[in-house]
Amino acid sequence: MTIYYLPTHEYIKVDGENGYIGISEYAAKALGAVTYVDMPEEGDELTAGEEFGAVESRKAASDLFSPVSGEVLEVNEELADDPRLINNAPLDAWIVKVKISDPSELDKLMDEAAYADFCATQH
Amino acid sequence: MNAHRYLPHTPEDIDRMLAHCGAASLDDLYADVLTQLRMKQPYALPDAMSEPELDRYFAALAAQNRPMTIFAGAGAYWHYTPAAIPAILSRSEFATAYTPYQPEISQGTLQYIFEYQSMMCSLTGMDVSNASMYDGFTATAEAMIMAVAAARRRNRVLVSAALNPALVDVLRTYAKGPGIIVDTVDAPGGVTSPVAVAEGLKAEDVAAVIVASPNFYGIVEDFTGLADMCHASKALLVMNCHASTLGVLRSPGEWGADIACGEAQSLGMPLNYGGPYLGYLCCTKALMRKMPGRIVGATKDAQGRRSFVLTLQAREQHIRRQKATSNICSNQGMMTLHAAMYLSLMGAKGLEKVNRLSADAAHALAGKLADTGKMTLRYPQAPFLNEFVMDVKAPLTADAVLDALARENILGGVRLSDSSLLIAATEMCSPADIDRYVSIVKSL
Amino acid sequence: MNNKLYQPLIFELSHSGRRGDGLPDYNYGSAGAALPSALLRSRAPELPETDEPTVVRHYTNSSNNNFGVDTGFYPLGSCTMKYNPKVNEAMVGRAGVSDLHPAQPAATVQGALRIYRTLEKYLAEVGGMAEFTLNPFAGAHGEYTGLMVIRAYHESRGDEARRKVIVPDSAHGTNPASAAMAGYDIVEVRSLPDGTVDVSDLRGKLDSSIAAVMMTNPNTVGMFERNIPEIAEAVHAAGALLYYDGANLNPLLGVARPGDMGFDVMHINLHKTFSTPHGGGGPGAGPVGVRAGLEKFLPDPRVVEKADGSLDVEFGETAFGRISSWLGNFTVYIKALAYILTLGAENLAKVGPLATLNANYVMNSLKDLFELPIPGPCKHEFVFDGLRDKSTGVTTLNVAKALLDYGFHAPTIYFPLLFHESLMIEPTETESPETLDAFIAVMRRIAEDASNDPDKVKNAPYSTPISHPDEDEAALSPVIKYADLCSSTD
Repeated sequence: MTIYYLPTHEYIKVDGENGYIGISEYAAKALGAVTYVDMPEEGDELTAGEEFGAVESRKAASDLFSPVSGEVLEVNEELADDPRLINNAPLDAWIVKVKISDPSELDKLMDEAAYADFCATQH
Repeated sequence: MNAHRYLPHTPEDIDRMLAHCGAASLDDLYADVLTQLRMKQPYALPDAMSEPELDRYFAALAAQNRPMTIFAGAGAYWHYTPAAIPAILSRSEFATAYTPYQPEISQGTLQYIFEYQSMMCSLTGMDVSNASMYDGFTATAEAMIMAVAAARRRNRVLVSAALNPALVDVLRTYAKGPGIIVDTVDAPGGVTSPVAVAEGLKAEDVAAVIVASPNFYGIVEDFTGLADMCHASKALLVMNCHASTLGVLRSPGEWGADIACGEAQSLGMPLNYGGPYLGYLCCTKALMRKMPGRIVGATKDAQGRRSFVLTLQAREQHIRRQKATSNICSNQGMMTLHAAMYLSLMGAKGLEKVNRLSADAAHALAGKLADTGKMTLRYPQAPFLNEFVMDVKAPLTADAVLDALARENILGGVRLSDSSLLIAATEMCSPADIDRYVSIVKSL
Repeated sequence: MNNKLYQPLIFELSHSGRRGDGLPDYNYGSAGAALPSALLRSRAPELPETDEPTVVRHYTNSSNNNFGVDTGFYPLGSCTMKYNPKVNEAMVGRAGVSDLHPAQPAATVQGALRIYRTLEKYLAEVGGMAEFTLNPFAGAHGEYTGLMVIRAYHESRGDEARRKVIVPDSAHGTNPASAAMAGYDIVEVRSLPDGTVDVSDLRGKLDSSIAAVMMTNPNTVGMFERNIPEIAEAVHAAGALLYYDGANLNPLLGVARPGDMGFDVMHINLHKTFSTPHGGGGPGAGPVGVRAGLEKFLPDPRVVEKADGSLDVEFGETAFGRISSWLGNFTVYIKALAYILTLGAENLAKVGPLATLNANYVMNSLKDLFELPIPGPCKHEFVFDGLRDKSTGVTTLNVAKALLDYGFHAPTIYFPLLFHESLMIEPTETESPETLDAFIAVMRRIAEDASNDPDKVKNAPYSTPISHPDEDEAALSPVIKYADLCSSTD
């Protein structure tokens, strides 16, 4: 699956028409132990660049922005029981699965190499 | 510069400290404050008072206050304060502490807040309580905002007309910022109309329905079916109750409410001319992360000892800033301690008894006032506990009744209109007080 | 304080059949309320059953695990933890308000209303404002109230396009949160390296969409915003109002007044500047002052003077609304008034300079060992960015916890957000030089330990009732009431 990133550190792994959205390894590390994930509901419509939830650690809260527009097909219920899965393996611990409504939106995102460069400029 | 008892510095101290800072004078430390901004003349305030002078000053003010025998409620109830409570509240280990940011040296505060949360959950029948809000009105306003935040894209609340009108004023104020639409639901006969609620819910953008019991008129409302009706329309049910009455009345949790909120002054807090009181806010587990205010949780320390800490702070303004549900960053610490102590001393049985005494007093008064032939009970069919509305028969007026009682140092109630009074009674009103009230009305 | 943990909760001292109430056994001769069972609880609430000595001992022992201003030095930056005078508390009893019902006729509460009105006037004098309301319950509540006054002002002029409030990036978290509650979008303005507001950034953001600019002065890094006249002029030229967050008013006592600096609306935290106790979180009070011309928008109810010199409670037609049940946290006003009267004009004017002296003294005594990102002189408080020696791995959190072992409260940590390792110290004017010297000695010792034996500092505290509570676990699986505690398994 191809993976793309937003500068706000969300990723989307593209699987055909669908995508899995989560937060990057860099973000998970910066946030510390995740204690809660505020997730949308199945059937909600996400809009590219807009907020759709939040990830909380004990002393921080980080809003989640959607890399693409589309309908939420599934939310990762495992995270409700154990949000620390995000720290253990952020790329496996996707938060929502969406149906990508406009694949051209992916062109505006960073690919893996661009994102790695971007993270290197952050402190 | 002479030292004052709150200001320990001697002139020598000041000189030594200034020298250490490389400053020639205290003024030097304010070199960055432009001369044009500096005070040009001393404060136009009185000279310092000694303790005896201060005592005399406040005693003179006290002489201009007239304590009365109180038959008024409208949200503030005259219950007795167990003497043990002010004794503990005066302990400066509690009183002079800040919000418990350092749990290692704040277990005292954290413990009583945890106890308070536990007791409020039990009283309201809800899963979660926060560490308290300023008062019952702001707690209800926060409940409204919280419900709208939880509902996503729903921006209307239905408010029962049987709510305290002053509370509705506060709700309307708080609704302005987030642009919440506040619709009033009729309360014919003094109780919230289920038909009107159903009608209101048709708007399809209703985030919450806000009701009270006992309501402003003292009536204990029957909310059978209300929670289902709200939930079927994806609206939350918010219930406002005076905390003391929850000792006997069916709890918000039992009615199926999602948020319980209100004033806890009735837990024996002194009237103090309106404050400080205590707002409580409780909710279901599903809404826990949308709750404003502090929350204390239990955990363990490195040695496995049970410890209490402030928790779920990611909800709060110091982390979320403008995206927090609320700007609140305090709690009514000493008042929550008061509530925890009061509920410990009263227990379920004491709480039941204070409600029974208050209800007995109120019903005795209502009956005797009706017997005078000068007043009638406004809602004779409606069940009430310790507060009720009387209509005054012409030519007698509500003001004439209140004035006559005030001359005898009795606060006869709260004036609702030219011809109606909202009257409350508590265990502080003795049978003789009630007879005095009635005989004055009889004489009019 | 007692460093041995007092463990039990009141629920664990409950014993069936014990009673602690002192209720009368009146017989009113009435049938009482005959409520249908559908309206009654199905079972009694789960409350402790305890006798009075047990309750009193429980809370006394529990209080011994608490640290307050009366226990020791409390240099919590931004919180102004000054001494809370005992005579203030005594005057609450003296003023005869405990049994006054807020709905009593004005004629029967003239003393109470006089207290309210007198304090309003004194605060107006200190703030350089025309009028005050005492109704707001807390600083954040005051901010909200002040912003709603500003909103009402713009609306009264038909100027409803102003939808934004400018807040510095160094502001207290309540500023943006309060503005959001009042319905505004937030625009952040940058700070310069010296911690003050970047005026050119501010100018660029001022336009007809801005309702207000919120500032605290001195700001949260303890620096005086020296460009305030220029800022006030620019804000007013843009048609916006300037809001003063009074959290940091203490150092200005006797020196300057917000009203004279061009601020239009302000709040004061009585529990900071005016010595009323913080009470583990409250009750406090956040009175709001306004310059002439804005009085009419203050919230209901108002205490007003009648022609005959008596006082009354009134509701105005132009007030923005109502924010409280009654007239706010009344007993807090008595304490603040007692404080002002005890100090008097002359001593009140010493408060600011002495608070500033204490802060500069501590700062100068520690800046060789702690990183001072913004050189002084500071005002009432200052911020270190952790230890100067960054090689040890000892963090601000470690330093804060180490202080607890020496009988000092920790400073404010990780605020302001401008620095990674913020350690914000506010000594207040009521601390003697001896106390400051003792604190300085301990801070130096901790810095020394950090270099010689970093683990010693990292593992602190050692002597407190509890140590290193697992806060992640608390947030992950919240246990927030006794019933949860009983049902949770280890």
